[in-house]
Amino acid sequence: MSERITRDEVAHVGQLARLVITDDELTMFTEQLGAVLDTASDLAALDLSGVEPMAQPCALTNVTRPDVIEPSLGRDEVLAMAPAAQDGRFRVPPALGEA
Amino acid sequence: MSELPDGWEMVIGLEVHVELATQTKLFCPCANAFGDEPNTNICPTCLGLPGSLPVPNAQAIDYAMTLGHALGCTVAGSVFARKNYFYPDMPKDYQTTQYEHPTNENGSITLGDGTVIGVERAHIEEDTGKSTHLGGGGRIHDATATLVDYNRAGVPLVEVVSRPEMRSADQARAYVSELRDILLATGVSDARMEEGSMRVDANVSVRPVGSDELRTRCELKNINSMRSLGRAINYEARRHVDLYESGQSPNQQTRHWDEDGGRSTPGRSKEDADDYRYFACPDLPPLVPTDEEMQAIRAGLPVLPAARRQALADATGIEAGQAVLAVERGLDALAIAAVRAGAPGDVVIKHVDQNLSDGAGQLDGPMLAKLVGLEVSGALSATQVKTVLGELVASGGDPADVAASMGFEAMDSSELATLLDQLIADNPDEWQRFTEGDTKVQGFFVGQIMKATQGKADGKIVNQLMKERSSG
Amino acid sequence: MMNAQLTAIETAARVRSGDMTAVEALAQSQAAVTARDADVRAFLHLTDDRAAEQADRVDAQVAQGQDPGPLAGVPIAIKDNMCTRGAPTTCSSKMLEGWKPPYDATVVSRLEAAGALVVGKTNLDEFAMGSSTENSAFGPTRNPHDLTRVPGGSSGGSAAAVAAGFVPLSLGSDTGGSIRQPAALCGVVGFKPTYGAVSRYGLIAFASSLDQIGPFASTVADAALCFDTIGGHDPRDATSIPSAIPSAAAALGNGVAGKRIGIIDELMGEGIDDDVRARVEQAAAALADAGATVERVSVPATIYGLAAYYLIAPAEASSNLARYDGVRYGQRVDGVNVEEMNAATRTAGFGDEVKRRIMLGTYALSSGYYDAYYGKAQRVRTLIANEFAQAYSSFDLLMSPTSPSTAFELGAKSDPMSLYMCDVCTIPSNLVGHPALSVPFGVGDDGLPVGVQLLAPLLGDDELFAAGQVLEDANPTDATASGSEIRGEVRP
Ligand SMILES: [Mg+2]
Ligand SMILES: [Zn+2]
Repeated sequence: MSERITRDEVAHVGQLARLVITDDELTMFTEQLGAVLDTASDLAALDLSGVEPMAQPCALTNVTRPDVIEPSLGRDEVLAMAPAAQDGRFRVPPALGEA
Repeated sequence: MSELPDGWEMVIGLEVHVELATQTKLFCPCANAFGDEPNTNICPTCLGLPGSLPVPNAQAIDYAMTLGHALGCTVAGSVFARKNYFYPDMPKDYQTTQYEHPTNENGSITLGDGTVIGVERAHIEEDTGKSTHLGGGGRIHDATATLVDYNRAGVPLVEVVSRPEMRSADQARAYVSELRDILLATGVSDARMEEGSMRVDANVSVRPVGSDELRTRCELKNINSMRSLGRAINYEARRHVDLYESGQSPNQQTRHWDEDGGRSTPGRSKEDADDYRYFACPDLPPLVPTDEEMQAIRAGLPVLPAARRQALADATGIEAGQAVLAVERGLDALAIAAVRAGAPGDVVIKHVDQNLSDGAGQLDGPMLAKLVGLEVSGALSATQVKTVLGELVASGGDPADVAASMGFEAMDSSELATLLDQLIADNPDEWQRFTEGDTKVQGFFVGQIMKATQGKADGKIVNQLMKERSSG
Repeated sequence: MMNAQLTAIETAARVRSGDMTAVEALAQSQAAVTARDADVRAFLHLTDDRAAEQADRVDAQVAQGQDPGPLAGVPIAIKDNMCTRGAPTTCSSKMLEGWKPPYDATVVSRLEAAGALVVGKTNLDEFAMGSSTENSAFGPTRNPHDLTRVPGGSSGGSAAAVAAGFVPLSLGSDTGGSIRQPAALCGVVGFKPTYGAVSRYGLIAFASSLDQIGPFASTVADAALCFDTIGGHDPRDATSIPSAIPSAAAALGNGVAGKRIGIIDELMGEGIDDDVRARVEQAAAALADAGATVERVSVPATIYGLAAYYLIAPAEASSNLARYDGVRYGQRVDGVNVEEMNAATRTAGFGDEVKRRIMLGTYALSSGYYDAYYGKAQRVRTLIANEFAQAYSSFDLLMSPTSPSTAFELGAKSDPMSLYMCDVCTIPSNLVGHPALSVPFGVGDDGLPVGVQLLAPLLGDDELFAAGQVLEDANPTDATASGSEIRGEVRP
């Protein structure tokens, strides 16, 4: 099995991504992610000093819009999409931590 | 509890989130409005609906750069980044903010007393929605459900991050107050703490005086007023000192200020370090301010409070520290005009500070100067000056005419001298005692003259005349 | 019946002239779907009412002498990762089952403004992650040329809808080859435009810096018309190119005489099936016959594209797909607190491939690994762009196979890595934002279609259509018409 990523790391990544991973899945994902990261290790050999990172292929800058109000979506339409709503708001189970 | 025990000092850094005074949100054309019905200012973008995309608000960028210039920052090209974490009031479960390349870096704020506090950065980011926790009497931990309103989601913020250079709660308050004045002066934000358009988080730690170490800090959230800010910092600093003095040490954590209980309580622990996985937002091209933009912003910048205080101090001969109130009230221009019209600076500042708390109304600089002249010459008593000033604020006019119309006849010294000589002649025993040093009888003479003149006489001048008569 | 339908251009011409009504054009398309989509399964949802209303509107315009638009009465299928107001938009994920967006994607608005009839939403790999359309929560689409084979992916439903003759045009999205590879496997034309040429507003994001919407068509000219209709600046997409995009239709018929065309060495070697390579060489000869100079050219960094792509795309996806948390729309699985609700919802709502990529991307961005993985991959993009720029200093266009092989059997590639290899030829264009066109050219040893890929630099889109038409005319086997037998049994 690949040493690129450990079971613990996969478990941690699952937590960060808010995914519940079973033990069997942990084994499967650790192996599969390791295989992809093995391919990525090809990149490690490349000399990329002096090569700038490219975040976007477009070379645009300063794209903005004017500060002019446009109509809102209808609240009823939007709340109708929600799994749960109450008092004009989206309802969720208690949010314990704070952002 | 405002002072730490001997040997300790506070280290305070502030993160102030400022809502920008735009018409629309940062990345969508929904109204940026406070107090509307929940979820009525929402669209695909600020709800994070699948397929929606952000487009930056030009005015928000402009305001942010304006603030950057006002804070003396290096205003440069910037890149929006995504800060990834889950929270229900954050529609995309990432916050679009600036990380490696913020719009503004390395500025400062000069406090009223001249202290300069460094500003590390002032970056643009989007606000979150608003959560209401149901049940449990409003306490987060006992809530039965949380309701979310996304009207505020996507409202443009600038987060102004100070360096940890403040050393007392008062200094922290002065910093926030100065920042607010700058925001109001530039029109960048309405800076209302009570409406949440200016929100302060305080990073507090303590250390032995003379040390330059940075010890474990706690981040205080939920500070809703200037009063809370001072109380929260003092409480937290003292808590740290108590821990150190009992051989313990604080944990790095976020804490909530409980204004009613007068204490801070622990929030989420930061021990398992947050991993926000910042990366440049691929939906948003970089911002590269042009020279024209920068020039226009600099040209549009008003004279800022610190410079106005200095200008007032230069014009009036007072210390810059004494100019705070006048500038805060926006009366510095009036004061300078009065001084230019010949009034002594200290007297002008006295009136601005003591008698013009509600503004100057119809009063202008030349009027104030003329009134001060009447006061200094003794033509009007202090009480009369105050009354005339009130009338000038209300309706304006010529100070001498206003005084005359109120029956405050300008009494010259010779008239007073005649009256005094008559009194001395009528009361030789009392005069004798005064010349022998009994100051108590001074009040008798002043009182008699006030009675005779129906209060029009200036007590100071009477005192002066009595001194002259007794020595001469 | 393989694509006995009229082309989009023919349909629009008849509807505009009054020879045929839009209602009739719609009925023909619907009849084809009814006859055969139970086997092919190109569509997830049909939007009959919406199409009927639009057909009536177009017919009324014709009757009143108004211009009904260049795509008047043309039935069109939309990949189900583009928002259609009031109509299901699922990304083939249980997560979005039942969700109806409150807005239309810009491309959908533009097509309807041009008179097109949106007949339905097509199947895809969940959230466009895949190369076979087997990763759909609603079951796979089958290749109309052989129902035991995959149509390619992720836009397999849109490719199959055109190949099966259900519609003359459809839209797909291409993040690493998701238009071109299924186009090749289904024997139709597929085009990935220059990044920013077509608005992404309303396209449900997979990897924002790579995603582009583009057309599938049975002819190069139809694809050009569709691209001209959907392309152009959109103020709702900050990455949309503000300057005018050269018209593809205007470049048709320009030919390739005098053009210098390079065959990318690195994409003609190991990993490419012999029959596919032979077709590409045959296509090169056809271009040379038409007056182009064709030579081999080395673009070494293209071989690193795959590794870079499988870090960048998952990284962006991990962030783009965070919003599926059960709070505002879509499915929810409840929990005692919001964290548990989020996790339960995401665990139940996403399939394995989506989870795999979210985890891979989360890892590539996490502290301590960013520089080694995501940061490095971003530099590889620049490296590839530099090498392409070098190649384009000597060549006007480049070419390669679109897919290393023809359509494979359903279930044949169960290992994720072997499926990822399908995109080796298409990925480099996405990484650098360049346009690329896949044109059917003959068949492989198995009688299934082969696609040839033409590549151009940024905003060279129109040139690709001119060259593509030369290949179309020289195609030794007209696989899109009646060249191949329909084979294979439908599995239960
Ligand atoms: Mg922040
Ligand atoms: Zn909005």
